[in-house]
Amino acid sequence: MSKETRPNLLDRRAVVASLLANRKGTIAVGGLGASTYDIAAAGDHDRNLYLWGAMGGAVMIGLGLALAQPKLPVVVITGDGEMLMGMGSLATVGLQKPGNLAIIVLDNECYGETGGQVSHTAGTADLVGVAKACGIRDSFAMTTMAEVEAFASTLADVTAGPRFANVKIDGANLERVLSNRDGTFIVNRLRGSLGFQPI
Amino acid sequence: MHARADVSSEQAAETAAIWPEQIFAILQRFDVRQVPYVPDAGHSQLIERVLGSSSMRGIVLTTEEEGVALLAGAWAGGQRGVLLMQSSGVGNCINMLSLTQVFRFPFLTLVTMRGEWGEFNPWQVPMGSSTPGVLELAGVKVLRASHPEEVGEVMEAAAGQAYNACTPTAVLLSQRLIGIKVFVK
Repeated sequence: MSKETRPNLLDRRAVVASLLANRKGTIAVGGLGASTYDIAAAGDHDRNLYLWGAMGGAVMIGLGLALAQPKLPVVVITGDGEMLMGMGSLATVGLQKPGNLAIIVLDNECYGETGGQVSHTAGTADLVGVAKACGIRDSFAMTTMAEVEAFASTLADVTAGPRFANVKIDGANLERVLSNRDGTFIVNRLRGSLGFQPI
Repeated sequence: MHARADVSSEQAAETAAIWPEQIFAILQRFDVRQVPYVPDAGHSQLIERVLGSSSMRGIVLTTEEEGVALLAGAWAGGQRGVLLMQSSGVGNCINMLSLTQVFRFPFLTLVTMRGEWGEFNPWQVPMGSSTPGVLELAGVKVLRASHPEEVGEVMEAAAGQAYNACTPTAVLLSQRLIGIKVFVK
């Protein structure tokens, strides 16, 4: 069945806007590619950690943050391609079990940034199954905006994690919303918001 | 960790208890909190100390590049860390090491060396030989300790420049220091 005729493909910008609408102190890590643009589109914030590289590293950056700041919710929002490259990190998260970490995969079943080549999730790979099998028990698919909104309302619960949600999204390439891409600025701005001074 | 027959020379066995303790004490003093690692026999004593510590969290990885990303996140969240790995793992980290320059964060890794100093296993030699070059090309300063008595001062310098000056730094712990892995049937 082609993507165009499959039901329940959500709009990525609407999903991310909903997740971050009432974020309060939440730290949001955006995986390389369109996920970072989605977070930027939802509004710049000093607790946004935009990634423009380090493919496969988004979940581990989120884990390092979550362990360092156990009282703050940390949400990693990334794509299926970026998640596939760092699949081992789900096993590492499963073992560490940070209560304040949520991982959201925006799954368009392709590498949208490089021309739309299909990814493994278009075929046989099931990331929810992978996350579950790695010990992230609370792993599920979200197929409606109502589910996304319900999840967003629990984002602040720092004892609920680790959680993993896969959201099948529309594959359309949207206009890029370019975030700041100076890593030193981005990371020091985030650190500053947590009360840490530059060296 | 699986059983390994890596009891080495008597000299290494005698000193094994001292230098990993020195490393641990320096890491404690620098307030290191997150210690990601891929196990290596040469790091086994230090890993045990970390796992038994109340201030440090040992985090076992599936691949070494996870540790680079983890430490970037730890720094963003206000904690220091150190990555423990074997020389073969350095190759797995290359692209992720970009984070050390892009975020300019205090990256420190301790690398136990294989593929040198009487190595038995030829498969360890290519990556072991290129480990210092790979790190340097990736922008990481390389220090080395080959004798038990120099581990403390090398570690002190490495931790100082990494954490005080945000200079990405690797300490290579020579196979000569760790002892040659002995393969027995």
